[in-house]
Amino acid sequence: MMIEWLQPGFMQNALLGGLMVSLICGLLSVFIVLRRMAFVGAGISHAAFGGVALGFLLQVDPFWTGLAFSILVAFLIEVVQTRGRVEEDTAIGIFFAVAMAVGVLFLHFSRTYNADIFGVLFGNILAIGPQQLWQVTGVTAIVLLFLLFFYKELVFLSFDEEMAWVCGVPVQAVRYLFLAVLALVIIVAIYLVGIVLVSALLVIPAAVARNLTRHIQTMLVVSTSMAMAANLTGLALSYQIDLPSGATIVIILAGFFFLASLWERRKKAGRNRD
Amino acid sequence: MGTAAVSIKNVTVSFRGEVVLEDISVEIAAGSFVGILGPNGAGKSTLLKVILGLIQPDVGEVLIFGQRPRKLRGRGQIIGYLPQRPLTNPHFPVSALDVVLMGRYGLLGIGRRPSRRDREIAQKLLAEVGMAAQAHSIIGTLSGGEQQRVFIARALSVEPRLLIMDEPTISLDACAQDELYELIHQLQEQMDLTVIMVSHDIGAISGHVGDIICLNRRVYVHQPPPIGRLGLEKTFGCSVEYLFHGEIPHRVVRVHDD
Repeated sequence: MMIEWLQPGFMQNALLGGLMVSLICGLLSVFIVLRRMAFVGAGISHAAFGGVALGFLLQVDPFWTGLAFSILVAFLIEVVQTRGRVEEDTAIGIFFAVAMAVGVLFLHFSRTYNADIFGVLFGNILAIGPQQLWQVTGVTAIVLLFLLFFYKELVFLSFDEEMAWVCGVPVQAVRYLFLAVLALVIIVAIYLVGIVLVSALLVIPAAVARNLTRHIQTMLVVSTSMAMAANLTGLALSYQIDLPSGATIVIILAGFFFLASLWERRKKAGRNRD
Repeated sequence: MGTAAVSIKNVTVSFRGEVVLEDISVEIAAGSFVGILGPNGAGKSTLLKVILGLIQPDVGEVLIFGQRPRKLRGRGQIIGYLPQRPLTNPHFPVSALDVVLMGRYGLLGIGRRPSRRDREIAQKLLAEVGMAAQAHSIIGTLSGGEQQRVFIARALSVEPRLLIMDEPTISLDACAQDELYELIHQLQEQMDLTVIMVSHDIGAISGHVGDIICLNRRVYVHQPPPIGRLGLEKTFGCSVEYLFHGEIPHRVVRVHDD
């Protein structure tokens, strides 16, 4: 049976959590790609490592310490960059390396070199328990509300920030809110694919959708569909042939991107021939 | 006399210690069509940004219809703005209609979607700039001239009293430039607008606007065109080769000293 892999309780948790994470990643990735923030996403996710390690050291839920750390680093990057003293990519490069280094020190002091850390780095979706599921549900609700309220402001900001300001959009507030929401999404996406692979979920779905669509609304739909489809097939496949699920999901997404690029190229070639 | 549309008093702006605008004082009367002329790097765009409130001057005061620019922002928009490069990402996935609607986002406020009335206003403006048929085309697929019309419609979608344009003709061919000027004159009359236009193209601007402000860090005001060669040379700091005087464009031969 197809749904045989869904029998165990942990698989149901994994599927539910995974689908919610891919839903919000699919939505957010559109704005990350349009605002060219891929590196910001990668920077924040790596910075989260410092926070997660702090959780291990203090023996509290790494969700909260990781979240606090990512938001802090995201805001620091924003402040340094808007002051105009340092380029954005330089700021990210410095902050996330320092946050990770601090994380390594925290781990050293906590003396927990265990499997948990591998899970944090590369994802361990099968370990999603009821508590994590609640966290994912809460974050999903916040992200959906945020997009519901700020959708048009986000689109305008992504299109032309200066013009959005001139037209009376509270640009600075929306920028900070977006970063905070991004940090939230990254923290729960870590359950699914781990720190190292989070940026794949934040970039590839929208990159696929960009090749297949022309309008932002269809782009949002295709992006989330791709993320959820990759999650579903990735989980099933990793269960059937015993592969690490996070990595499997990312590789399937990359496959989608490859196919979408081929399709786009053929379409263009066809148009040129006409 | 009513309040001036724009009143700039003793404004100085500097970036990282370098003075870009020096002690600028200008009054622009409501209902006029003013061209700001000057060479590259003269501070033309900076002056516009000061008027918009994007840049705060180090010294001096700016009043738009008697109010400070930053206070005006978002509260019943008064200024419509056409930036120099309005399409920063040519592949951005939105339609012409979406772009015009964006102009109304600030007025709508957070959490509210454009209403039927907003859509009607946007459609009407697209029709006025002659782009009704392309309302649902993706912005990047339109030609440069068509895009410029869409962005003018967006600037007007806030229902402004003051329209500010930064080099609106820069990427257009001669034919499209003339059409654009005609369109702006027509809209100015229809909507009772004050128009400020920045350009470095002497020929184009002097044939179309009322007053000319020559800017090169400082300000030189000329009432009606044609402007004398000497005045322009003072602004540009070099000899002026081509000029429009009245109706017919012709070359001004510089008198050499030797």
